[in-house]
Amino acid sequence: MNSFFKYFTDIFRAVKSLLTGMKVTGRYFFSPWEIVTQQYPENRKTLKMYDRFKGEVIMPHNEQNEHRCTGCGICETACPNGSIEVLQAKIDMPDGKKKRIIDKHIYHLGMCTFCGLCIKSCPSDAIVWGQEFEHAVFDRSKLTKILNKPGSSIIKDIVE
Amino acid sequence: MNFSIYDFTSFNQWIDQFLRAHMSSFWAVAIEMTIIGLAILLFYALVGLFLVYAERKVCAFMQNRVGPNRVGPYGFFQTIADFIKLMLKELVYIKNADQLLFNLAPFIIIIASFMAIAAIPFAKGLHAIDFDIGILYVIAVSSLGVVGILLAGWSSNNKYSLIGAMRSGAQIISYELSVGLSLLTIIILAGTMQFSQIIEGQADGWFIFKGHIPAFIAFVIFLISSTAETNRGPFDLAEAESELTAGFHTEYSGIKFAFFFLAEYMNMFIVASIAATVFLGGWMPFHMGGWAGFNHIMDFIPPFVWYIGKTFFVIWIMMWFKWTFPRLRIDQLLTLEWKYLLPINLVNILIMAFVVLMGWHF
Repeated sequence: MNSFFKYFTDIFRAVKSLLTGMKVTGRYFFSPWEIVTQQYPENRKTLKMYDRFKGEVIMPHNEQNEHRCTGCGICETACPNGSIEVLQAKIDMPDGKKKRIIDKHIYHLGMCTFCGLCIKSCPSDAIVWGQEFEHAVFDRSKLTKILNKPGSSIIKDIVE
Repeated sequence: MNFSIYDFTSFNQWIDQFLRAHMSSFWAVAIEMTIIGLAILLFYALVGLFLVYAERKVCAFMQNRVGPNRVGPYGFFQTIADFIKLMLKELVYIKNADQLLFNLAPFIIIIASFMAIAAIPFAKGLHAIDFDIGILYVIAVSSLGVVGILLAGWSSNNKYSLIGAMRSGAQIISYELSVGLSLLTIIILAGTMQFSQIIEGQADGWFIFKGHIPAFIAFVIFLISSTAETNRGPFDLAEAESELTAGFHTEYSGIKFAFFFLAEYMNMFIVASIAATVFLGGWMPFHMGGWAGFNHIMDFIPPFVWYIGKTFFVIWIMMWFKWTFPRLRIDQLLTLEWKYLLPINLVNILIMAFVVLMGWHF
């Protein structure tokens, strides 16, 4: 007798659970404004990437053309596949000491796997993720980028 | 000569008289058959192309996507582009395949669905052949398709194809029972197997309303089992693409693959139109007893529109099934048929017979 009731309760429970699923897809079908697909080339003007999106490594500069990079080279060490080369320079300080500064921060976008270890390891938060993602170029050499802008200097209050 | 879109009988008689006046009756019949064949072929191609597009759009909307939208407005010409691509593709020669059976299988499948469409009434008078055992005929020819599937799987010389074909065979033979029994429930109510008389019987109310509870149960069972019979999801074990690449049509390419693809959609169209005809009144407009004004407005909508509307509603429900439910395992599939659908169906026939006997239907 028990199994007899189980047969029918099974049927009703199955129907109920199937209808629950059909309710979800049916609601989606009749609510086209919930569509999540981005129509990419058409919406280029309004496309807003998310903050966590890993587009490329960039070095932000302020209005005085100053960045936060001290040229320590930790990012170069942290990079697992050699996408970053840090070329250092020495300048003479007013007190007679020599100070190490960044000469060129070379970033090979074509080799980058977007793991983010350089950004995590940077002690002075000089490099961050950029939102740009249209990286297609006709010449491979354009993928090698120098992140510090020409004539830029370090922000004064950065200490190592 | 008064033609109308509400009744094609006079139009057909006019063609018949015109042909018989100009030639012997043999040639008249031959030309009529050619016209009907060409009309059905054209209809078949158009509906097949539209259904593929509709399937992709419905699927997309149910998954919160946009679907094809690049070729033409709303992607409407996408399936035509796909069709041209399939036409231009190479027909790959399969080593060690049984060439005769391999090439025969797509034609068997497509002929089976072609034969079934002949008995379907599209509108009043728009009916290629009105058998007095119409339902029996449709059940008989639509189950011929499994022969094509089995041949395709066997002759491909591919283990995936063979597994897919055997699954398909087990599935179609099981679910054929439920399809037949659920239609039998309505035959008891209608008292005839002739499609034209079944539709005439629904002039004052569709059978799903006239037969209330047993008719509704039969409708649900018919929907489930005909979805299984056409090898569509969630019963698409025969071509379970994650397990068997594409099942019985793995080795087919180009236009032969297109035949399988087209036949799948046309089988869906055929079972949907049988469901619409038998349960939802076919081309008969929606009538409410006693509401003369309402019935008169409904009569203005042409029967062909009613038929297409009902058929696409049933097709939409079957697409809804496919894009909601996960695929069943083979043992679950057979459990569903033999332990649930078949006993319920048999009891349902008894109930329907009792209802008809006592006159409890409307």
